[in-house]
Amino acid sequence: MSTVATAPTVTFADTLRAEWVKFRSLRSTWSTLACLFLVGLGITALAMSSAGTDYANATAAERAAWDPTNLSLTTYIVAQLIIGVLGILIVTSEYATGLMQTSLMATPRRHRLLAAKVVVAAAVAVAAGQVLMLTSFLLGQAVLSAQDVPSATLRDPGVLSAIGGGGLYLTAIALLAAGLGTIIRATAGALATLVSIVFLVPALAGLFPSWLQGLVDVWPTQGAAAVFATVPDPDYPHPWLNLGGMCLGVAAVLVAAFVVFSRRDV
Amino acid sequence: MTTIEIRGLTKRYGPDTVVDDVSFSVEPGQVTGFLGPNGAGKSTTMKMITGLATPTQGTVRIGGRHYRDLPVPLTTVGALLDAGAVHGGRTARDHLLALAVSNGLPRRRVGEVLARTGLEGVAGKRAGGFSLGMRQRLGIAATLLGDPQALIFDEPVNGLDPEGIRWIRDLMRSLAREGRSVLVSSHLMSEMAQSADHLVVIGRGRLIADTGMSEFLRANGEGTVLVRTREPGAFAVRLTAAGAAVREGLESSLVISGMSSDDIGALAAFHGVALSELTPQRASLEDAFMQLTRDSVEYEGRAA
Repeated sequence: MSTVATAPTVTFADTLRAEWVKFRSLRSTWSTLACLFLVGLGITALAMSSAGTDYANATAAERAAWDPTNLSLTTYIVAQLIIGVLGILIVTSEYATGLMQTSLMATPRRHRLLAAKVVVAAAVAVAAGQVLMLTSFLLGQAVLSAQDVPSATLRDPGVLSAIGGGGLYLTAIALLAAGLGTIIRATAGALATLVSIVFLVPALAGLFPSWLQGLVDVWPTQGAAAVFATVPDPDYPHPWLNLGGMCLGVAAVLVAAFVVFSRRDV
Repeated sequence: MTTIEIRGLTKRYGPDTVVDDVSFSVEPGQVTGFLGPNGAGKSTTMKMITGLATPTQGTVRIGGRHYRDLPVPLTTVGALLDAGAVHGGRTARDHLLALAVSNGLPRRRVGEVLARTGLEGVAGKRAGGFSLGMRQRLGIAATLLGDPQALIFDEPVNGLDPEGIRWIRDLMRSLAREGRSVLVSSHLMSEMAQSADHLVVIGRGRLIADTGMSEFLRANGEGTVLVRTREPGAFAVRLTAAGAAVREGLESSLVISGMSSDDIGALAAFHGVALSELTPQRASLEDAFMQLTRDSVEYEGRAA
């Protein structure tokens, strides 16, 4: 009776391919990515255009700490929010529309469905994050050298590490966002939580007691962002360790997301 | 042949028992109507069948397996629980393509189910602009993707126009004729009367009836016969004498219970009474349903 010939069992590759079809078939995906590059590079161009006067008015100490790479990558502060929205929407858009029911009836092994979503989010964020960091660096340096202030090239020490680390930082934020979206199940709630994590907590970090300092060391926009610098920050001598700490925190959020996702009724 | 077997299914949310020890089977080759007032636990039961909700107790097996263990779920079960469960920004074709790809189904199935549900013309349009009827069709197209052996529809005719209702009814009948198991829920008894072979009735989460449609009617509707004659008074006396209960109906007709139409005809012939009408009244399903679920309606309106 059955006329549909299929493989004997569904594989993870099938689930992954389906998630990619879902991701690419939404217009919002592409407008969010366009927004990421437009805003990301726009901020770099605007911020760098005043660097010439800043450098001219700088003291000797400030000139010694002049880090053109870091300056051209500070756009990450806003980019992390936009890439976070992308990560959140991969999960919450299915809850908002009820599509999650349909998805789980087609793929009832829940770990597999969420894993496919996380892989798609990670792949997109790695690609978009790395490209954004590289283009932002090149654009920033071009604007700086046009104003005759010291600029960097890709061959300078620490530059590739800052660009690569920056792309990974943005990827980790996208995965954090996907995890928050899974746990909170609502776009607005997940986005508010993400904003609190990347903006609110850093703004209040000075008020925290010293025993919380370890957390600040690996917190987004705080210690974990030290990886964007090429001139070592005395507070964070090993920026990759700080980034690694943040990745561990993101992993913990994802573990929690997998646990609640497999247990909750939809 | 895929039978859905539900055994001792129970769902509690805190102190509320939404589904209480429900057992029944959905057999191949027939449409099983799943009937109950609003809030009776139909949707929760269907969510437990499809693995969306975890039962507090009891089991559901589909062809002997748990839903989560189905190797290629869409080829075993096609379920439509909520026609709105579609991302409005995605086209009908992409929505179906993602589902087909997720189960390793060939891409041509997308075109085939679009054709079967009459959606080819709007395949490239975003689902957000669809009418409720079109969304129902899209949801049904998704259930047919894997050519499944069992189909589950939750209130599929809600909000449809008469043409759409008839289309869904015919589709369910033809799916059952092809040997598939079809489970369809409704709170409308009249809808079931036209499409179901077997009836499962629940109220307040408990199983009230699990029976064939005709048995259900016989058992729960008191059968009456409508008779018209020129001399209703005299004939009523004879009927009462023969043991029947007689009421006056509309327009000087008689409504007789406790005697078959056969016997009434014979009685009339014996006494030489000319009858202008002799009609057995099928108890309306609606009446039977109301009678059965009277005690289990959660929200009841009262006539002021």
